[in-house]
Amino acid sequence: MKIRAQVAMVLNLDKCIGCHTCSVTCKNVWTNREGMEYAWFNNVETKPGIGYPKNWEDQDKWRGGWKRRRNGRIEPRIGGKWRVLANIFANPDMPEIDDYYEPFTFDYEHLQKAPELEAFPTARPRSLITGERMEKIEWGPNWEEILGGEFAKRAKDVNFEGVQKEMYGQFENTFMMYLPRLCEHCLNPACAAACPSGAIYKREEDGIVLIDQDKCRGWRMCVSACPYKKIYFNWSSGKSEKCIFCYPRIEAGQPTVCSETCVGRIRYLGVMLYDADRIEEAASVADEKSLYHSQMSIFCDPNDPAVIAQARADGVPENWLDAARHSPVWKMAMEWKVAFPLHPEYRTLPMVWYVPPLSPITAAAQAGQMGTDGGMPDVRSLRIPLRYLANLLTAGDEAPIATGLERMLAMRAYMRAKTVDGVIDEAIAKRVSLTGAQIEQMYHIMAIANYEDRFVIPTAHREITEDAYEMRGQCGFSFGDGCAPSDQSVNLFGGTKLKNVKAGVL
Amino acid sequence: MRDAVFHILFVWYPYVCLTVFLLGSLIRYDREPYTWRAGSSQILRKRQFRWGSNLFHIGVLFLFFGHAVGLLTPTSLYTLFITVEQKQLIAVSAGGVAGLICFIGLSLLLHRRLFDPRIRATSTVMDIAILGILWVQLSLGLLTLPFSLAHSDGSVMLILSHWAQGIVTLQPIHAETLQSLSLPYLAHLVLGMTIFLLFPFSRLVHIWSAPVWYLGRRGYQVVRSRRPLGAPGPKTPAAAE
Repeated sequence: MKIRAQVAMVLNLDKCIGCHTCSVTCKNVWTNREGMEYAWFNNVETKPGIGYPKNWEDQDKWRGGWKRRRNGRIEPRIGGKWRVLANIFANPDMPEIDDYYEPFTFDYEHLQKAPELEAFPTARPRSLITGERMEKIEWGPNWEEILGGEFAKRAKDVNFEGVQKEMYGQFENTFMMYLPRLCEHCLNPACAAACPSGAIYKREEDGIVLIDQDKCRGWRMCVSACPYKKIYFNWSSGKSEKCIFCYPRIEAGQPTVCSETCVGRIRYLGVMLYDADRIEEAASVADEKSLYHSQMSIFCDPNDPAVIAQARADGVPENWLDAARHSPVWKMAMEWKVAFPLHPEYRTLPMVWYVPPLSPITAAAQAGQMGTDGGMPDVRSLRIPLRYLANLLTAGDEAPIATGLERMLAMRAYMRAKTVDGVIDEAIAKRVSLTGAQIEQMYHIMAIANYEDRFVIPTAHREITEDAYEMRGQCGFSFGDGCAPSDQSVNLFGGTKLKNVKAGVL
Repeated sequence: MRDAVFHILFVWYPYVCLTVFLLGSLIRYDREPYTWRAGSSQILRKRQFRWGSNLFHIGVLFLFFGHAVGLLTPTSLYTLFITVEQKQLIAVSAGGVAGLICFIGLSLLLHRRLFDPRIRATSTVMDIAILGILWVQLSLGLLTLPFSLAHSDGSVMLILSHWAQGIVTLQPIHAETLQSLSLPYLAHLVLGMTIFLLFPFSRLVHIWSAPVWYLGRRGYQVVRSRRPLGAPGPKTPAAAE
């Protein structure tokens, strides 16, 4: 047993309003640069839909994630090491930029400079790659916003598998939910496994998966290996980039930008302890439906004295162990079991989990009965099909999703009884195998969601390995060209020119 | 005058190029690691890329190793097994096939780079220049084939390999021996050395980073630790399964 800690995330989809604040704030901080205009480390998709890039969940097409071989061992679905190298000259499984969208700007100047015209001047789109006129914008990171587009196209969503989807094309039966997506910072990242340069690595201290920009050579195997399509190839720098989980903020004990700015307060950050020696075993179980359970089985109880002792021996700092005991992620994923991994069948053991959304009761007649007697409706009568959520979050296993949704409904019924009727109804809690105290805590964390309950992030201990005094007066994050932002002049080696701030050359 | 030009081009110039090639690569690797990349444009346009890139790379790798082995293997070594004439026949036929494969791929890539609006707009001057130079160099190389067939005794091959071996083993070079060569050979030699000269300033540096070591990586995962030496836990980046 080797215990490592990771800062994991939970998104409570029941509260996501699809406002895209997370996407926009992330974009403004990390990807508003040449080469990355098309890349969204965080984007919010409307489900059902095929998403961004198109059909990213269709692994028959993109071949992301891992596959289990007959001998029980797993290898990246794009192939083992020889196969990866054999495809290095041209990656057959790589999306083209049009699968995301061709980045564009608008001719804003035309609005000011247009001569007198009969028609009102418009700002038409222009490609940010070629600079040429674009007649039509074809796709984007939220193209199917609130069920935009025809059902026939959105119905290609692979999560409809096993669902009678024709029925949901009708207006009366339609359903939707939002799915904010970012890098999953997996325990078993396929991107890192497929990187021939070894540039992608998982940080031992906090589990964040990063691409070493100095070691990346742009072989672009990670782009196809990642089943979530959350690695983006920067066409300007020729290197891959991905969500960095705002590690400079996490190290300082602050939430990621997407979490901090979430107006719905749906995001949670907390420490999870896991047994690093059992990663391969957990990712290799035969039955895909068992992957959710096998991932849970390698998480370690932060209150277990044996776990604490082992974690200390493995070098997990004391403040991290303390944070693990107060982790909202542990509570939602492991204690209440209302949060689930996104597509565990990819065998990446993702560490960004989701609380499935409740939805209205399908039949209006049933809606009238709801909640009046404290009784709970059948989660199978919710508008979003259980199977759809299960395909998204548990590889098709409906039972855990049903339990999770029942517990969320029970929380509502319990709190309604308490605050409206003034009754403490332990029976409601008992029906979903919880106690009243647990439901009160669920309510506190999931419904009230105070800042300090959502974000329990221990600070990193860089001072152990770095001489902080040496770093005084240095600039923060740059592209190796001093504290000034890069200018566009190119140096001898095709990079941006170095500028020495201390010499006053600005 | 002719002697002087030959002396400069085939005695001095090779060392200028080799020095810039090695030192330039080293400096770029050390000072500008962020610029060290293959510079793939596959994301922008798939069309022509799969055929173009695969054919080009397979062809050029074969040509590269063919040239290395062909030019640098001492005559006394390979004559133990084959005659000079046989070696030339192998070189011409195998090199011809690889050259043709490479030519098709390179032409596709060059066409794509020049005429695809996305690729053209995102290319640097050096991106276009190096591809164009490679195309000219390959064409010159293919042009020498009929000349080689004209003297199947291997005499030209011997002149070339002795010159190349003299360069890399730091032996005195007699540039006047090259004066008997026809123009395509000479142009091919000079341009070939120029590619070495431009190497550190172009995307060609990715050749140094051919990730053959990937095959030897234990397991698949890469984990990095910031723990200080002596602290509990793995001390070096460990490869977990």
